Amino acid sequence: MSAPARSDPAGDPPATETFSLDGSPVSFAPGETILAAARRAGRYIPHLCWHPDFAPQGSCRVCTVKVKGRSGSACTMHAVAGEVVESNTDALNADRKTLLQMLFVEGNHFCPSCEKSGNCLLQATAYEMNMEDVRFEEFYPRRPVDASHPDLLIDTNRCILCELCVRASHDVDHKDVFAIGGNGTNTHLLVNRPSGKLGDSAVALTDRAASICPVGAILPKGRGFVVPIGERRYDSHTAADPETQEGP
Amino acid sequence: MNATASVDAAHAPRKLKVATVSLAGCFGCHTSFLDIDLRLLDLIQHIEFDRSPLTDIKEVGQCDIGLIEGGVCNSENVVVLRAFRAHCKTLVATGACAINGGLPAERNRFELRDVLGEVYHDREGLSPGSAIPNDPELPLLLRQVRPIHEVVHVDYFLPGCPPSADAFWSFLSDLLAGRTPRLAPALLHYD
Repeated sequence: MSAPARSDPAGDPPATETFSLDGSPVSFAPGETILAAARRAGRYIPHLCWHPDFAPQGSCRVCTVKVKGRSGSACTMHAVAGEVVESNTDALNADRKTLLQMLFVEGNHFCPSCEKSGNCLLQATAYEMNMEDVRFEEFYPRRPVDASHPDLLIDTNRCILCELCVRASHDVDHKDVFAIGGNGTNTHLLVNRPSGKLGDSAVALTDRAASICPVGAILPKGRGFVVPIGERRYDSHTAADPETQEGP
Repeated sequence: MNATASVDAAHAPRKLKVATVSLAGCFGCHTSFLDIDLRLLDLIQHIEFDRSPLTDIKEVGQCDIGLIEGGVCNSENVVVLRAFRAHCKTLVATGACAINGGLPAERNRFELRDVLGEVYHDREGLSPGSAIPNDPELPLLLRQVRPIHEVVHVDYFLPGCPPSADAFWSFLSDLLAGRTPRLAPALLHYD
């Protein structure tokens, strides 16, 4: 990881220093990460677990870029003045596609039967990386669906462990409804209740955690296909468009 | 002059042979393929169909292109898929089910015996004596539905549920012209 940019004791100065992203300058504020600065400048670095409203955790690795020949996640590396950052290269995009293919076979991602299709950041990012196949053998894991809550359901078959719901429930809703348990291939999303059931938790439809999921793992009930396929977010935009980069 | 004409005819490009089949699919991809409508008339200037639901030829012959719809759910699917691989120079996984198992693969979360029991034996409203079919002519079901690239080598993938008629047209136009098929972003869909 690069050293943090020097901080300015006077507070938040205007962003004046720049680094190079794929040959074009991007200005950044002290302490800003490469991905946050690129996003603010309207530039696209593919990502799944990053969201501008939450602290980065660098787990999905889809935003991996190269700085000084070394790979690192753009969402956690601080921008440094004069640094040369490579992102949109054939080699890095091939790595990103491989990461996406592994995510697809590791869960049960059947787009045609998913209510999130067309609004899904995983799907849109795979389109952006020109993913035509899943390459690997399918895991077909057997994971539970929790429909115990009156307004929300969790389909863990589609969870990509981005932890955005965990962060939203902790940082914004202050309810700590979600957590990640297990490890290795058994890592999974948990509901922080003795029963493990969403219906026994304090989560509400209006919570940030209820709408932050970038895939179809946490969905509101009773709204299936209110917006028809073909008229959804990524039917008219791509994941690279500045207004749709974060998903919901 | 006549001799020249006959030499030209003999060296005219031959039509490419195309075979198609639906394994564990719903024929939706075939239906979408036919949605190229009048462009079919252009297409048959360049191809002729071998085994396909469109010709009713039962066995696949030597072909240039094989389009496989659907995943692999039973023993017959495996035999047919291997025959296509053996006879087709270029094999294409066509549609979501061929690529990742699709809708039929959603049975993979259950035990096969439970699925069969639920349909033929255990549920209410069945005739007395209903049982799981076991006629030896029926192909045996695989424990899980699998995508075709897990059984044979696949050359190209044409995603979509189904791939749109324009996606079929773009893909086949590329193949016929000798280009590596590449779908434009607007034609790349998983749903």
